[in-house]
This record gives sequence, structure tokens and C-alpha cells, in this order.
Amino acid sequence: MAGANIKSGIATDTYAKERYWLLLPSWAVLLIFIVVPVAIMMVYSFLTKEFRGGVIWEFSMAAYDQFFFDRGLFGDEPAKIEWTYLNIYWRSIWQAGLATIFSLAIGFPTAYFIATRDAKVRPIWVFLITIPYWVNLLIRTVSMKFLLRDNGPLNSFLQMLEVIEEPLHIINTNLAVQLGLFYSYLPFMVLPIYAAIERYNFSLSEAAADLYASKWQTLRYVILPTVKPGVIAGCILVFVPSMGAFLAPDLLGGAKNFMIGSLIEEQFKGNAGNWPFGAAASMILLTMVLIILMVFSRQQSKAQEA
Amino acid sequence: MTDQHQAAIDVRNVVKKFGNFTALENVSLTIRDNEFFTLLGPSGCGKTTLLRSIAGFEQVTDGEIQLFGDDIADLPPNKRPINTVFQNYALFPHMSILENIMFGVEMRGNDKAVARTRAGEMLELVQLSQFAQRKPSQLSGGQQQRVALARALAPQPRVLLLDEPLSALDLKLRKAMQLELKAMQRETGITFIFVTHDQEEALTMSDRIAVMSDGKVQQLGGARDIYETPDNVFVADFIGETNLLKITVDQIIDGRAHCQLGGGHKLTCNEVQGIGVGTQVHLSVRPERLFLSTQPFEEESMAATVIENIYVGTDVQSIVQLNDGPKMTIRTQNSELGNKAVFDLGTNVFVSMEAGAARLLHG
Repeated sequence: MAGANIKSGIATDTYAKERYWLLLPSWAVLLIFIVVPVAIMMVYSFLTKEFRGGVIWEFSMAAYDQFFFDRGLFGDEPAKIEWTYLNIYWRSIWQAGLATIFSLAIGFPTAYFIATRDAKVRPIWVFLITIPYWVNLLIRTVSMKFLLRDNGPLNSFLQMLEVIEEPLHIINTNLAVQLGLFYSYLPFMVLPIYAAIERYNFSLSEAAADLYASKWQTLRYVILPTVKPGVIAGCILVFVPSMGAFLAPDLLGGAKNFMIGSLIEEQFKGNAGNWPFGAAASMILLTMVLIILMVFSRQQSKAQEA
Repeated sequence: MTDQHQAAIDVRNVVKKFGNFTALENVSLTIRDNEFFTLLGPSGCGKTTLLRSIAGFEQVTDGEIQLFGDDIADLPPNKRPINTVFQNYALFPHMSILENIMFGVEMRGNDKAVARTRAGEMLELVQLSQFAQRKPSQLSGGQQQRVALARALAPQPRVLLLDEPLSALDLKLRKAMQLELKAMQRETGITFIFVTHDQEEALTMSDRIAVMSDGKVQQLGGARDIYETPDNVFVADFIGETNLLKITVDQIIDGRAHCQLGGGHKLTCNEVQGIGVGTQVHLSVRPERLFLSTQPFEEESMAATVIENIYVGTDVQSIVQLNDGPKMTIRTQNSELGNKAVFDLGTNVFVSMEAGAARLLHG
């Protein structure tokens, strides 16, 4: 199969073998960093929990059972659907989706702005976008908590300007989580869209204007469909990590705004943890994200065919 | 009044500056309704800038552009009933051929059904009906070119602009498209403004040509005017091939200028306004209007030696060295080789010109 489009038979053989060797590093990376960890997680999710963390090597469906079903305090009542965890998951999807929409709303114009600057200054703008990310995410999130709190700089500033009288309660709300997620993942939206718009042939916009399209119609019917792959990449890159994020919801959202990431994190932290349950929750998250992406990409290819 | 009505585009004292660079320097010209008009010039002469100003992609620094009597200088491109065929076609890659052609009709406020009918007609006109559902990338360059043309014509613009639309095609296809474009202009009755740097293309297709250089119109006229009676050295040199010789005017008698060419050669040609006795001017004479002979053909035949013969298919190009004078190029048609002979290298010959072939030029 490999090298099938090379005409000479001798060359095909040599190249085919060489190609497999050259592919080895990437196969190794995929194996060590993706296949093995997922496999470990999967195995752990089907084991029995040890009380001080860790597992007992005994097959058990208990973790999944705990996730989906409520059998009462002692486990002897008839099974009802357990909503606690499903609600957390639903809230995570919702929060991640919202963060994606906000990032897109701000990220697209930003990317468009950068891509339409002079070729010489574009790298400077891209560089500026990435500067905050030289600082660790934890430190940035903690700083944000400090900025947003009731008597923090943001509120003092607004009060000084007399825009507000009472401090705004931002911390420990959904808004704070949104701000945290938005701030954490915005560059993942900006950069792929920027790359797509930079490749965009602006004479297409001229052609659209020439054919009586207004600026909005040009954006809607010509620019957006052409740079769509970049927009999709950006949305995936923001949505997926937002789903599993735990720093922003933990530090900015408080107990009420618990998300999947925090739930999983707790299962592995300290003595109270439940490793199989954490692993099962991770597997469910993984499956859910895969399903969402698959539905999305199927719709995309359908739309493309139509 | 009638005169006003005839003008499709009226460019008045248009100046366009990009920073310190002046792309258009006080350009004025009138393009008549229903005419095939060409802006011809070397790259950087301002022809594309003028076209883009008419389309609305460039804001003119000064001056006025009128479309059928209305000033359009402040209208954005989407408000001008003018469409463009772009140099790189600029077809929308994500749309089918049909959708590409429908786009302008729809954006102009027609509903989908109307746009579809109109696009179908246009596809038939450019003979691409069977490709309606394809994407632009699945078409050859020539086909894409025709789609671009159909797309620009579909919304029924009052003026069609064509920005070097044939430059990406190979010679054969280009020749075919030239004739097709010309025929289409005649059929649709739309004013075409065509931009090119190819003088042959301009001569083939245009009703009138504006020759531009350095942001100025050098000459405006029909193909024959521009080729046979160029106004200045630039036009004579840019359009076709010519022998440009430095000469001095000795005297002017009865509208004929008697001139002195280096090496004692003398020439007589028609007087041109503003060229006085004693001035150093240029003389332009087309190679195909010169001929060679072994004996002097007339009094003013000039003695020369053949130094090069180049076979170029339809004719032979001979380069001769005038005795004590400059070099000249002579084209002899292949069919005429029998009577007007081509001579071997080193032959002593006489160069003569057809009556009225020589033209005095300023500059």
C-alpha cells in the first residue's frame, strides 16, 4: 500500500520499508502517550476501589454503577437514575459551549484584525496574543480570582469611577467561570482562525463586493465558509479542554459551579479518593467528547456534500 | 445632450496617490456606451489603478468619475452597476459554478429562482452548462475564465471591467478567447473596459485604445490611429516594433520636412505640428514598411550592409547597418520573398520606405 503511487517497483520496496522505520517515532509517541494511558484508565475503571486510594485487582462495575444509578445509602434500594453526576456533566457541556461561543465572538474579529495587518507586523500581534501564556495557568487563574473578588481591583476601580455603588459579586458565579475559561483558551481560538484568514484570498472579498454583496453578506457567504476549517479547529480546541477544565471552575466558580474536571480531580486527590470512579468518569467524559465531535464532523461532511 | 448620453464612463481630472507615489496624474477620458475600450500600458503605468477606481476598490485622491452622467466617486463597489472579471478570476471556491454565477444576481435583490434562470442562460452563453454543479477547482483555466465572465455578466451590469483576464491562458486559448470576448461584447451591447499590457491583444479587440504610461494617457484612438500615427516616442515604441532614429529637421517646404540622418542620409516626411527647423527629433518607421534592393529605388534610398537575417515564420527580419549611420530593422513577408528579396549577410543594399511611412515624433 505505502508508496503505491511511486511507479518504479524497486523504489517502492525500498521506500516502503524505509517509510515504516521513519514512522516509528510517531507510532511510539502515539502508543506511549495516548494508547497506553487510555488503556490504563479503562482497566482501572473496571477495578474495585481501595479505601485509601488505589485499587484492588478485582473486576467490578461498581464505578459505572455509582455514576449512573442511585441505590440508596446502603445500596439495597431499587435502582433509580443518579442525577448528581449527569447534572455536573450537563453543566460542563453547557459551560464549555458557552465559553466556545464567547471565544469565537471575540476570537474571530481578533484573528481577522491580525490577519489583515501588514505582513511585517502580524508576527508582533501573534506574539502579543501569546505573551500571557508564558505564565503558568494556575498563577493566572489565582490572579484572576484576586482581580474579581468583591473588594478586588476591578470592583474598586468601577466604584472609583462611580459606575457602581455596591461591589459586583462576580467570584463564585458562572460568569467568573466563563471569564476564566474564556481567558484560558482564547488563543486556541485566535490562532487557527488567524492561520485560515491569513491564507484567505482577499480578492474574493473584492469579487463579492463587486457582485453587490454588503460587508455582512461578504462575511456570511464568502469569508466564513472559506475559513470554516480554521473556525472548527478553534472551536474544538476551546471546547474540549473547557470540558475537562478544573482550575477555573474550582478557583473562580466555587462549590456550586462544580465541573467534570473538578469531579475527576477529587477522585484521585488525598485519601477520600475513589480511583475506579475517577477513571470511569474520565472514560465517560472521553466517550462523550468523541461522540460530540463525531456528530459534529458527520454533519460537517453532510453539509459539504449538499 | 446626445454627446452626454453617449458617455458610459467619464473620467475627469482623476488623480490617485499612494503615499508619495502618484499612480494616476490628472487622467481624463471618456468611454462611450457600447464600446470595447482598452487601457493599454506596461506594468505600473496606472491602468489597473484606473480600472480599480472605476470599480470602486480605490478611492480617487482627486477628480470625478461619472457613470452615465452620475458621479459615482463616493459609491462603494457594491453600489455600482459595474462588474469585474478579475485577473485571477476570484471564483468562490466553496460554491458550485452555478452558485458562483447566481451570487451577483441574488445579491442584487433578485430571488433564487430568477438567479437560477439567469445563471442557466449565462452558462449556456459560455457553453459550460454541463459543468453547473462542479466546483471551480475542477475546471481548467480557460473554463474558469469563462465562468468568471459569466458571473460578471449575469447581474446585467452597465459596464464590464476586465483586468488582464487572458494573461493566465496559453497562446492558442488566448487567441480564441479574444475573438469570443469581442463577439460577446457585440452581442450583449455592454460597454467593456479591458486592461492589458499586450499590445497585440489591444489592437485585435478594441474599438478604441488609451495608451498609458507613468500615470498619464499618452494617446487615445482607434487601433489604426495608434499604430500608424503615434503621437510620441513612447506610443511608437510600445505599440508594435519600430525603427526610432534621431534626426535633425533641415527645412520645411510645403508641409514636407526635409531631415538629416547621421552619415549624410537624407529623408523627407510629412510635417508634424510643433516641430521646427533645426530641432533634434525622432523619426519612427515600421519595419514592414521598409524594403531592400541592390539598386537605389529612389533618390532617398539609403546605402547599407546586411548584418543579420532572422527567420520568424511569417516573415524574415533583416537588420542592416546604414553606412556611417544607425542600424535599421526591415521585415519582409515570406510570400514576397520572390520579388522583394532577402539578401545574404554582408551584401551592400539600399533601404527604401513606402510613401508616408515615416513619422516625426516629439521627444
